Amino acid sequence: MKTFNYHVAKDSKEASKLSSSNSAFLAGGMTSIPSLKLGLATYKDIIDIKHIKKLSGIKVSNKTVTIGATTKHAEVASSKEVQKAIPSLAKLAGGIGDAQVRNRGTVGGSIANNDPSACYPSACMALNAIIHTNERKIEASKFFKGMFETALKKGELIESVEFQIPEKSNYQKHPNPASRYAIVGVYLAKHKKEVNVAITGAKASVYVDKDISKALSNNFSISAINNMKINSSEMNSDIHASGEYRGSLVLTYTKKAIEAC
Amino acid sequence: MASLVGSRVERKEDKRFLTGKGRYTADINIANQTYAVFVRSPHARAKIKKVDVSKALKSSGVVGILTGEEIATDKIGGLIAGWAIRSEDGTEMKVPANPPLAKDVANFVGEPIAIVIADTLDEAKSASDLVKIDYKILKAVTNTAKTMSGETIHDGIDKNLCYDWLLGDREKVKEAFSKADKIIKVDLINNRLVPNAMEPRACVVDYNTASEEITLYTTSQNPHLSRLVMSAFGGVAPENKLRVVAPDVGGGFGSKINVYNEEIVCSWASKKIERPIKWVAERTESFLTDTHGRDHVTHAELAVTNDGKFLGFKNETIANLGAYARVFGTVTPTYLFGPCATGVYEIPAAYSNVKAVYTNTAPVDAYRGAGRPEATYTIERLVEKAAMELGIDRTELRMRNFPKTFPFKQTLVHTVDSGDYVAGLEKAKQMADYNNFESRRKESEAKGKLRGIGVSSYFEACGIAPSAAVMSLGCGVGLWESAEVRFNPTGQISVFTGAHSHGQSHQTTFAQIAADELGVPIENIDVVHGDTDKGTFGMGTYGSRSLTVGGIAIVNACKKIVAKGKRVAAKMLEVSEDEIEFKDGEFVALKSNKKKTIGEIAFACYVPGQRDEMKSPIPEGDEPGLIESSFFDPANFSFPAGSHICEVEIDPETGEVKVEKYTAVDDFGRIVNPMIVEGQVHGGIAQGIGQALHENTEYDETGQLITASYMDYTMPRADNFPEFNLGFTCTHATSNPLGVKGCGEAGAIASPPTVMNAVIDALGGQEISMPATAEKVWKACKNLKKSNSKAA
Repeated sequence: MKTFNYHVAKDSKEASKLSSSNSAFLAGGMTSIPSLKLGLATYKDIIDIKHIKKLSGIKVSNKTVTIGATTKHAEVASSKEVQKAIPSLAKLAGGIGDAQVRNRGTVGGSIANNDPSACYPSACMALNAIIHTNERKIEASKFFKGMFETALKKGELIESVEFQIPEKSNYQKHPNPASRYAIVGVYLAKHKKEVNVAITGAKASVYVDKDISKALSNNFSISAINNMKINSSEMNSDIHASGEYRGSLVLTYTKKAIEAC
Repeated sequence: MASLVGSRVERKEDKRFLTGKGRYTADINIANQTYAVFVRSPHARAKIKKVDVSKALKSSGVVGILTGEEIATDKIGGLIAGWAIRSEDGTEMKVPANPPLAKDVANFVGEPIAIVIADTLDEAKSASDLVKIDYKILKAVTNTAKTMSGETIHDGIDKNLCYDWLLGDREKVKEAFSKADKIIKVDLINNRLVPNAMEPRACVVDYNTASEEITLYTTSQNPHLSRLVMSAFGGVAPENKLRVVAPDVGGGFGSKINVYNEEIVCSWASKKIERPIKWVAERTESFLTDTHGRDHVTHAELAVTNDGKFLGFKNETIANLGAYARVFGTVTPTYLFGPCATGVYEIPAAYSNVKAVYTNTAPVDAYRGAGRPEATYTIERLVEKAAMELGIDRTELRMRNFPKTFPFKQTLVHTVDSGDYVAGLEKAKQMADYNNFESRRKESEAKGKLRGIGVSSYFEACGIAPSAAVMSLGCGVGLWESAEVRFNPTGQISVFTGAHSHGQSHQTTFAQIAADELGVPIENIDVVHGDTDKGTFGMGTYGSRSLTVGGIAIVNACKKIVAKGKRVAAKMLEVSEDEIEFKDGEFVALKSNKKKTIGEIAFACYVPGQRDEMKSPIPEGDEPGLIESSFFDPANFSFPAGSHICEVEIDPETGEVKVEKYTAVDDFGRIVNPMIVEGQVHGGIAQGIGQALHENTEYDETGQLITASYMDYTMPRADNFPEFNLGFTCTHATSNPLGVKGCGEAGAIASPPTVMNAVIDALGGQEISMPATAEKVWKACKNLKKSNSKAA
């Protein structure tokens, strides 16, 4: 690991002020610290934001669940309020990594990193999330831009994520047997007027499968998608799963999600 | 006094391990120590044109940088192959030089080229980035099956072939096959595995400038052997100036048998810079440079009659040695593989042919089971397939071909002293509820799942012996073991063993044995191992040898203690020696019933006299003190055996395989500590299920290791396993006085074919290679659907 300056920010404003073209925010550090150790990333300044109280916590209203950026996965997983409002979101958080990761990793860190096989981005997409930053509000559909790419600008800090409470929802993950990231993760959310099926792990970045979502919006049943063909040409292919296999898993796990709803 | 042998004594080791007080090599720090980082080849095969250290030497904190040039100048020897194997045509195996630091050519990714030593680890790392190496990249050879037609890696080693070895009789096999009703054939890949010990390799070297002695703390399964090799072949220091300490070691599985480049280089360098050096592998270095396991490509055939009698067996195997031949690298695919390839069956004719090849990959060596898992996988896949093709129940077919009397002269080499294979399989069937499997299969099918059952019966040859036999087969050393039992004057006992515990619980098991022999509380006994300055000598721990060889040396040394104790007691009690009986720690004069405890005898041996009377308790011809040692060289291997049964359930939509039930019935002879043995079986089965379903080591065609981290290398986890259902049968080994057999490797030997047979059964007999990953199984399920719909 190369040396860097370590700063503890007391609020978002200070965190933003400290940031530069060669800095990174540190929350749980579940991706950034291994990257630093392996020399995959080097920074001049690391700005620790996990002591900013305002960024952590869970608020549930009639229509939304808002989770502070530095709220840990374990807190979301064990929150009675989240379990009641959006049980699938609590389940998703409880299935990330292992107990150690869940006790440090945060929702803000997960979506800011936008790993193509991370779980949280699919929840954001399916639950029409709004990402609140220190500068603005960004809709999930405009936030995730590509592999490890988001709409965040330099120095822009996620403060919280506001999820819309659906009528029904479910998250299904086919974990990578080695890393336990999603080979394919399917987040299905049935809202009043629409059904969103967001897929993670299958392509370069999270996406909503429009055909499946539309079919299920019209008819929320397995039969609506039974004979659907999935185009797997753009899907990731690696030693753990071919694109063809991922394509099949998208449909299989969507069916499992419908069954579980 | 109740016998401790056979009881579930709690592990003496657990307190320190579970409270974080284990003392591993990386925990050791020495004043004024430096830190080493190795510069390694990023290429699988490349000529090293120039190593430029000038810039790196100027980097902050650098103490020294040494390369292959210096090590060659100092005439430090290279790494060695421990067994010489002869080819079928009588020629000796071909072994390339393996210098500790590559000088002219690098042959696998991760091969060390230079050592950078600095005051801190960060400084060593920063400086290592500045070492500039000019390479000429050459075409790598990585594919086991195609290696012989690839470019020649090592000068003078044609076809990259180390040897072409044969065991058995080709003519007899030909004749047997000509009489067969059916020939069963399989083509198998035994997937390459990374051992993944929990503790990465490490070494700390302390050079004493006054005594000129090197102390090497290292992660070794066999510290004495390391000292011997480093002294005799490495020329690092004479044995009396080299102390090797292997303190707590966190798992080895074979990967810590070898003396590695880093240990030799750090020892040599410490003497040069006259400061201590510490090196600890990062996990990526472990993946790249620990010796790997398995990696066979095999074609095998079994000749059978229609009524299921086995007539002949043969296998043609290509075994990947990696870039260099290491300590057990050459024997693993030959004498540890071939003799076991005919399994637990009477097969009149057999041969095993193995071609061992060099590739531009990490060296391959012993890994839990070493050769015997590959052998068992071969024969047990064949037998299961034979049962399917002949329409005979898989357990019935096995029983028909089991030997029914012992000793059993196995086809190729071994005479198995004891066993009862029928009883083992019968018990396994009963415990696994084998006969009701079909109803469970129907239940799974009703849920849309596929269910399969698989069996494997195995024997293994462990505790390799006797020395004269193994040396006649090419081993460079004898495989005896030593022990010393040392009483203190006040009655506590230190038991020194040449075996080494890196998870095997010797401190408990060996103490149980000694406590029984000496009739003392187990608390009075300390088992000491892992330090060449403490124990006499030892060959270390691998190949399930510790108890059957090392444990018996302890028994024999204890018997010598008791014999001397009898003589001393006789003199003290003023009776003749044959009137003394030793029982429960007391020497009793039978007629008078006068006694001396063994503690009193020990005290008298060290404090031999009393006030006012000129009288010694030491008999004439004996000396004071109570210390005895023994070197035990068994008359034969030990032959544990058993039958395992596995049931899997497959989700055809995702291809995921769930191990639903796993039953293991093993015969380890007399069991010293059932709890520890169960732990060994659990670990072995877990590793075997890992090989069957999860683990795979993949190099791309340029020789880059793709699975070099836990992000890509699938280490099985607890949730991959069901509860293991264990049972035991017992026939005593006749080759040692305790009647014990080895148990460390059995689980890893029996389980891969058991699991794969179950998966293949669920898939309607479709062949599938290890690891049976979800995608492979999903594809096979699709084929099954297609063929089923055609059939309908």
